Amino acid sequence: MADSVATSITPGTRSRMIQRALVIAYVAVLVLVPLVVVTWKTFEDGMSAFWTALSSDQSVTAIKLTAEVSVAAVILNTIFGVGMAILLTRYRFPGRRLLGALADLPISVSPIVVGLALLLVYGPNYFFGKQLAGVGISLMFNVPAMIMATAFVSLPLILREIVPVLDEEGIDQEQAARVLGANVWQRFRRIILPTIRPALMYGIVLGLARSIGEFGAVAVVSGNFSGANATQTMPLAIAERFNQGVGGYYPLAFLLIVVTVLAIVLTSIRRKKKVDAQ
Amino acid sequence: MTATFDVAEGGAPLAAAPLTRSSNDEGGERLSRGSGLGLGIAVIWLSLLVLIPLAAVVAKGFGGGWSGFWTAITRTQALDALWLTVWTSLLVAAVNAVMGTLIAWVLVRDKFRGSRLIDIVIDIPFALPTIVAGVVLLSVYGTNSPVAINLLGTQRGIAFAMLFVTLPFVVRSVQPVLAALDLESEQAAACLGAGPLVIFRRIVLPLLLPAIASGAALAFARAMGEYGTVLLIGGGLDRTKVASMYAFQLHQAFDDQGAAAVATVLLVISLVVILSLDLIQRRMARRG
Amino acid sequence: MKTVLRPRRVAAALALASAAVLGVSACTSSGGGSGNSISIVAFSVPKPAYDALSTAFQKTSAGKGVKFSASYGPSGTQAGLVASGQKADYVGFSLEPDMAKLVPTYVDPNWNSGSSKGTVSQSVVVICVRAGNPKHVTGWSDLIKPGVKIVTPDPATSGSAKWNLLAAYSHVLADGGTTAQAEQYVGAFFKNVVSKPDSGADAMATFTSGTGDVLVSYENEAIYARQTGKKIDYVVPDESILIQNPGAITKNASKPSADFLKFVESDPGQKIFASVGFRPVNPNLSPGTVQGANDPSNPFPKVKKLTTIDQLGGWDTVNSKFFDPDKGIITKIENSSS
Repeated sequence: MADSVATSITPGTRSRMIQRALVIAYVAVLVLVPLVVVTWKTFEDGMSAFWTALSSDQSVTAIKLTAEVSVAAVILNTIFGVGMAILLTRYRFPGRRLLGALADLPISVSPIVVGLALLLVYGPNYFFGKQLAGVGISLMFNVPAMIMATAFVSLPLILREIVPVLDEEGIDQEQAARVLGANVWQRFRRIILPTIRPALMYGIVLGLARSIGEFGAVAVVSGNFSGANATQTMPLAIAERFNQGVGGYYPLAFLLIVVTVLAIVLTSIRRKKKVDAQ
Repeated sequence: MTATFDVAEGGAPLAAAPLTRSSNDEGGERLSRGSGLGLGIAVIWLSLLVLIPLAAVVAKGFGGGWSGFWTAITRTQALDALWLTVWTSLLVAAVNAVMGTLIAWVLVRDKFRGSRLIDIVIDIPFALPTIVAGVVLLSVYGTNSPVAINLLGTQRGIAFAMLFVTLPFVVRSVQPVLAALDLESEQAAACLGAGPLVIFRRIVLPLLLPAIASGAALAFARAMGEYGTVLLIGGGLDRTKVASMYAFQLHQAFDDQGAAAVATVLLVISLVVILSLDLIQRRMARRG
Repeated sequence: MKTVLRPRRVAAALALASAAVLGVSACTSSGGGSGNSISIVAFSVPKPAYDALSTAFQKTSAGKGVKFSASYGPSGTQAGLVASGQKADYVGFSLEPDMAKLVPTYVDPNWNSGSSKGTVSQSVVVICVRAGNPKHVTGWSDLIKPGVKIVTPDPATSGSAKWNLLAAYSHVLADGGTTAQAEQYVGAFFKNVVSKPDSGADAMATFTSGTGDVLVSYENEAIYARQTGKKIDYVVPDESILIQNPGAITKNASKPSADFLKFVESDPGQKIFASVGFRPVNPNLSPGTVQGANDPSNPFPKVKKLTTIDQLGGWDTVNSKFFDPDKGIITKIENSSS
């Protein structure tokens, strides 16, 4: 790119500075300032207060439960995401496009609607809920409902990562492998899996970050129990502490922020590598 | 050639490329017994988790027939909540369209020290737990604001919170397109004497429009349904009660039919937006 | 042949794995009475009390090794949850009608046949204001002045809300006014309401976050807020209503639950309630010093004109007369002012 041409199609220095300033100010006001303030408020009372809040019974149970629910949801979504991605990109069947659109649906559904939707089907007074209650299985208000709600909201994330990759790569290799006699399972293990591994990792990290943070949907389906047999995740614990007017929600919030930022940083490193490689 | 926004861009969860490409109608195997079973299981899972519950919401919303549905959504509170949600989401989508494009432009075309930090920071609102975002925004822009800006209980505050969570949508949608643009046309126009503004308006912008539109549509859908982030800054006032909060309130008061009716309206609006987005993209893809 | 079976088996295995993940967690039901644990489902306001009561109970011989789990929320919603199948051992609500929702299916009909008639805690309705009382609120009549922004919970979900509205209504009667004047007052009251949060605790959080000029709430909410450092003051008006909160154990409650209920009703239990601002049910029990009260050494001053629910006709009458969704006096006033 010749410098003289480059400078003639880029705006002058002054407008460039203005653009930069606008962008920095916008992002600062929206994101950076709040993050700084929260960090400050978290450690306002010192490190020991921070650790005490995080190691209280309610916090520890909430952290464990959040991890449990998120991991379960991500496992479910990974199985579904990989399977669905292969079906959508390697096969031909009527309704393929519709299925793809439906699988993408959860991204635009309000979390309150998600919770309500699950409740209306699996709640004790509704169709499936009643049948299941008959055999002694109670989903609603318990951990399974929370897993389902979390899986719902992050369902498309892994799928969306893998599909573009499978669309672009690996087709020729698979065809060659098929010609040479490899079966479906071998093709999956040897060609598809390595192809999607980076995107899959990215999707899993994103899915985990999304899952640990889910609030609205879980608030509707959970019984919000803290203590033994808890059904209170970290976001729910934060909300309860805020409502009850007792402090100690900043440390939990801060922990979630740290995990989120870590996830973002990890995935952005990978994204930079990909963009640089192009 | 398909529009550049269809290019596989690893790590862009918010690039709104459709999940199925028309090119695959020619390629692709037919289903065997194994994959047929896999498809069956996938469809059953999707139905059990997503489709049947969403259908149940619509069914419950119409539980009292058309009149029950109509009554539920024409109550003053319902109309107020729905209108507030729609106009703030539209406003937020519009602001995002402009600012998101500007941010993407600066990040792609003008790499300065610190732009890397901004690039990373942009994704945080998407992944941040909504209740944390709510607490965070309230602590900075609430009553005891350390920067002396109080948005508690204002509709501005609601819009601000929505801007927070939708920050990455347009940026991440436009970035890959912008990055993959071939500079030849711009350089040619510059040689012919066009200024940067004209170049942007006439050459770059038309190429970015599909990406901007899809990002803005996603931002709109997300803002429409947002709950945790707007909950606290709303301050509990009626005039800052968005549709999701209103539906939750109805649910708490055991008016599930009312809640489902409002939820149905939200679903329909989201569906319309997503479908038109899909149509626009296909038309653009064919033209490009 | 082998190649066709393989993917089918894999697909089936994956399906089973998914079902297993859900199934394993389904079998561990939560909040259920299992041997040595007590699950509490209560309204939002007494959480500090039940937290302290649980800890104290675990130190007694009857409560050794007992695990607690607890869920708090708006009284009406919590009662509805238990009625929809949410498992619970001990239930505590803001008012009797919410408990009555669970009788006889989940709670025995003779739950209130004991000496305290099932009441486990008491309080009165007070008016909370900003520190220093900038709007100089001294009583109910100040609330309907123009420009005063009132925060009070939503009667559709919250028990506190109903107590508040009954206090607002009945104070006029206590001062010798007519029912028409009382209804007029409630209308003016609603006109000044700017926020109706879900629950009593929610309302306090909304108020302390900066919404509104006054909050109508339980006396114990005000006291506990001040104990936790919130900068608010509260006014005990000349006329108020006696709040009585019911508590009971469910029909399939775990073994230690009955002992826990006894503990809650006992003098040590009532003292714990008093320490966070509730008025003891036993009028002869001295509450001691209660931090956060206007006067910690005399934390529960006598209300000059205290109305009780019995004076208004008992909850069965009151609930339908005032809060019936279609014909309730207060419901109608609320709907016409929105």
